Amino acid sequence: MTMPPLPVVTRLPEVQEETGYTEHPPRMGFFTDTSVCIGCKACEVACKEWNQLPADGPFEFTGMSFDNTEQLSGSTWRHVAFIEQRKPVGKPAESGDQGAGDLRWLMASDVCKHCTDAACLNVCPTGSLFRTEFGTVVVQEDVCNGCGYCVSACPYGVIDKREDDGRVFKCTLCYDRLVDDLTPACAKACPTESIQYGPLDELLHRATARVERLHQDGVVDARLYGHDPADGVRGNGAFFLLLDEPEVYGLPPAPKDTTRDLPSMWRHAAVAAVTLACGVAAAFVIGPR
Amino acid sequence: MTTRGRVDGQATLMEDEFTSYYNRRILKPPAWREVNIGGYLYLGGLAGASSVFAAGGQLTGRPGLARAGKVAALTGISLSLVALVEDLGRPERFLNMLRTFKPTSPMNVGSWLLAAYTPLVGISMLTELTGRFPLAGRAACYGAAVIGPAITTYTAVLVSDTAVPAWHDGYREMPFLFAGSATATAAGAAMIATPPSENTPARRAAVFGTALELVAGRLMRRRLGMVAGSYERGRAGALLRAAEALAVAGAAGAVVAGRKRTLAVLSGAALMAASACVRLGVFSAGVASTQDPRYTVVPQRARVSAQAARPGGR
Repeated sequence: MTMPPLPVVTRLPEVQEETGYTEHPPRMGFFTDTSVCIGCKACEVACKEWNQLPADGPFEFTGMSFDNTEQLSGSTWRHVAFIEQRKPVGKPAESGDQGAGDLRWLMASDVCKHCTDAACLNVCPTGSLFRTEFGTVVVQEDVCNGCGYCVSACPYGVIDKREDDGRVFKCTLCYDRLVDDLTPACAKACPTESIQYGPLDELLHRATARVERLHQDGVVDARLYGHDPADGVRGNGAFFLLLDEPEVYGLPPAPKDTTRDLPSMWRHAAVAAVTLACGVAAAFVIGPR
Repeated sequence: MTTRGRVDGQATLMEDEFTSYYNRRILKPPAWREVNIGGYLYLGGLAGASSVFAAGGQLTGRPGLARAGKVAALTGISLSLVALVEDLGRPERFLNMLRTFKPTSPMNVGSWLLAAYTPLVGISMLTELTGRFPLAGRAACYGAAVIGPAITTYTAVLVSDTAVPAWHDGYREMPFLFAGSATATAAGAAMIATPPSENTPARRAAVFGTALELVAGRLMRRRLGMVAGSYERGRAGALLRAAEALAVAGAAGAVVAGRKRTLAVLSGAALMAASACVRLGVFSAGVASTQDPRYTVVPQRARVSAQAARPGGR
């Protein structure tokens, strides 16, 4: 088994300056270390409590695993995935543990990624979605007119419309707590420090050290996700340490901000519009009347 | 690990190597209702292209064709605005679209386009009906014809500027598909509403529009590779097969109709139905492509492999 390359410590862009903030706090975010997640779902509960999120409808068992939440939604801003795999568990060579079988559980708390290049924010026609001074992405509920464009634009399937309300909702990274120097509710409630909150620079160093440590311990599958400013969204304000491929957790392997292709889209649309005009004009002038 | 240098259209080979979270979708399906937004795409196309016919009729002394174009444009754009506002979660906040100008949002740009286009169509129709201010009416008619083509193709950017695989990955061909479909439906409307003595340009344009629609659709599906499956299976597949049959029948009818009024009306109706099926089919394919994680994971994996295979790639 080959070891995945160690992540190179880079800086995530200080996106606030690109947005126009001249004075701002450091870019804040989450590092979710899934290797220590125990699947307790305290983050889901704390998030619901603090943000006063409604229930997702009548409770139903999914029948697929211990995960009955299934996915993030307009009223669920943290979602704990639970994966049961037939895969040998990596263990230290001298652990003496004879009982390790070929079954393992993976647990991971998913959340809005607060992308550096946030497609939801870019496509929002009203300016309801905006970049905060902390570099996070937040919906202004008094402006949102429920057009739903952001829902289709998000490459992670995070933001969603609440049908009974008509507007869209997603994680605010507890904007109301951040302005008072408080830790977001999910990170505060996490009993294993699987969810860590802080300045992104610091989190990135901590995450890199953690991957190195896990590799030394023989957990060669450990890798970071969403930490790379060279990826399709220029990195996430909420990145992860995963123990398998992202799609195993329901995360897209190579997400991309759709707006990157927008100039080319407009060019193609302009040529198509001219084609239409010329085609119809030709129908008037070519041939007998 | 086998990797491929090209991504476009090659993903099919990797179809079986694909993992997911209990086969749950990754993306959210569009929050839009099919009848509203599928209908909006269709009606906007009908209106925009009809404005070009109206101007052509006006310029070449075909008053019947000009009037038919103006009626179709006003009807199309009015109904499409109703559909658009009706689809909002908070319809009373429709004007929030115009509280800012935001080029990164095709929906915002589209709102401004509609805000410029709709009054022109209204003035053009009103002066036609009352016979007053004919000069302003002519100017408005030409103005609408300048913005009209943009109204038909900006909607392609609107749907393509999303993470929806069937829409985003077809962004190069989608505007041509929409332009062709809009031309064909506007030509169909003109063939229905115009006396045979004036409908020659509409019948010619019907052939042009249908050809553009069919070719762009084929090219788009070829580019999409395995994602084209979302256009070929299920409801989208049925709609698009019906669209092709209707379009070919309508265009053939347009060629042979000559001065035969009944055949022109029937062909026009077939062209309009074909165009509606295209828009609803594209909408359905988009929804289907978000519901299956395969359409998210397989092309993205192929992209990662292609990047890794490139010399000096990451």
